[in-house]
Amino acid sequence: MEEQLTRKQIRFWSGAYFVIILAMIGGFVLATSQITYSWHWSVVPTYFVAHETVKVQAELEGTVDSIQSSGESSTITVKGEDGTFESYEVPSGGELLAGETDMVFPGDTLASYQEWRPGLLMLGMMVTIKVSLYAIVIGILLGIWGGIARISANPAARWLAYTYVELIRGTPLLVQIFIWYYIGSTLINQLFHKYIGFEIPALWYGVIALAMFTGAYVTEIVRSGIQSINHGQTEAARSLGMTHFQSLRYIIMPQAMRRILPPLAGQFISLIKDSSLLGIIAVRELTKATREAVTTSFASFELFFTCAALYLILTFTLSLCVQYLERRMGTS
Amino acid sequence: MIDVKNVDKIFYAPHKIQALTDVSANIESGEVVVVIGPSGSGKSTFLRCLNHLETADAGHILIDGVDLLDPATNIDKIRAEVGMVFQSFNLFPHKTVEENIILAQRVVRKRSLSEARERTAILLEKVGIQDKAKVFPPQLSGGQQQRVAIARALAMDPKIMLFDEPTSALDPEMIGEVLDVMKTLAREGMTMVVVTHEMGFAREVADRVIFMDSGRIVEVGPPEHFFTNPSHDRTKLFLNQIL
Ligand SMILES: Nc1ncnc2c1ncn2[C@@H]1O[C@H](COP(=O)(O)OP(=O)(O)OP(=O)(O)O)[C@@H](O)[C@H]1O
Ligand SMILES: [Mg+2]
Repeated sequence: MEEQLTRKQIRFWSGAYFVIILAMIGGFVLATSQITYSWHWSVVPTYFVAHETVKVQAELEGTVDSIQSSGESSTITVKGEDGTFESYEVPSGGELLAGETDMVFPGDTLASYQEWRPGLLMLGMMVTIKVSLYAIVIGILLGIWGGIARISANPAARWLAYTYVELIRGTPLLVQIFIWYYIGSTLINQLFHKYIGFEIPALWYGVIALAMFTGAYVTEIVRSGIQSINHGQTEAARSLGMTHFQSLRYIIMPQAMRRILPPLAGQFISLIKDSSLLGIIAVRELTKATREAVTTSFASFELFFTCAALYLILTFTLSLCVQYLERRMGTS
Repeated sequence: MIDVKNVDKIFYAPHKIQALTDVSANIESGEVVVVIGPSGSGKSTFLRCLNHLETADAGHILIDGVDLLDPATNIDKIRAEVGMVFQSFNLFPHKTVEENIILAQRVVRKRSLSEARERTAILLEKVGIQDKAKVFPPQLSGGQQQRVAIARALAMDPKIMLFDEPTSALDPEMIGEVLDVMKTLAREGMTMVVVTHEMGFAREVADRVIFMDSGRIVEVGPPEHFFTNPSHDRTKLFLNQIL
């Protein structure tokens, strides 16, 4: 029996919700004022885009021969003592410090301009997106094959898939990341170094760890999705002469996909959050980038809140995409 | 055309059951054979063995001289020649009526889209639902769905059609329209094996009737013999119960 509330009670508790939220925020602000934390929200944007001054320096001794400006940029040409010419580009908006016929020596600043660079948080977020995307794609592929293998008639395929799922689901992700990283760097990288001549960067061990982890869960999601489709569908497809693979591809998978999508979305949202663990193997993803930013700025409160907000944006975007896909599949 | 020799089938789960015991039968090209018998007597199992949806444990099943139980046989090739219609239709709900019929023509028969479309239009007209080509199966009545299922099987140009209680899931007023399609097929000379409780259909269309009980074929004969003076007591008992 569901709890019944009167209209008045509902209004009261709706108000209570906002009061509780505001009280929590207010309490937090009050607490920070007690410890005289000084807020520096203004530093946060500099961790998204930082600009720095680039100096254009002369590389030879001589005199400034000409300064030509076109719409896009200016070109400073210096004539050397020995008669050689060198020219330097300065983007428009740059500040010209040398004039024509000026004497210059190597190292003199001819001009300076401002350059925009992605900041630490921006770079970290790009790494998080990149790592998550790769891991999602590999995880889907692993999961589809795993799910099909889990219910295959072939015992080798079935048991391999089962072993994979149990191994991955039964151990902490953190430990798996360590295993991939340390076994990766000592074993695989040394073998690669010996026989092929290059090494795999740490980031890729992180991607593999996340992909293998996600693949195991996707395997179970795909398996239950396939099993939720009435067996009569397979029989109808096979009785028409379709192969096992064709019936999976044209009949079972398209129908299973609708049931697979919602739990899959949850899995991928977990994946984005779990990628924050990769900081421990020196992958500078969003969380690690935030920690680095904190050590240089002392704006720890602002940066960690920003970091959390960025994760929220990523996960929320993903769940919107999946909702869109679901709606599109529902109507077709 | 179909030659079944000494077939046994045993199910182990949930408990051991011998569904077929020493079943032998011979079905000629163009013949219509109706299989009757009490529930659980092995009719469906027998039918499903004929296109290898169930694997018989012993014996031989020859379709046009090719043994289904020989591991070297390409079962997908045989199945394309043996159409099957199920009690529960088993249409593909994510595809329109037209797509249901086109799909296997494309991926199994490798027909071009236009060729497959043409064939689909002809078949839909044959089963009397040409105006429903773009509709999804759940929007059709049971009788219409079953006629689409028949058209889907016919699209492969099979040599044999198997029917497992095609009218048992239908409301009474829709049984006739499905039986009419089947009668037309029989008249055109299709080889058919039909499991059904429709004794009127058996009497009118069948060349022979097979009576099964407890996993065995008890009696085989033409319908006039069958319904007027069956030779076995069990057949008499069964016919008394249902007629
Ligand atoms: N997939 C299966 N697994 C286990 N036992 C099965 C399976 N299919 C059929 N059986 C059993 O085999 C026996 C024969 O079943 P079958 O479906 O062939 O009977 P039937 O004559 O078609 O009955 P009905 O008229 O109810 O459809 C029954 O005892 C049934 O329980
Ligand atoms: Mg049956």
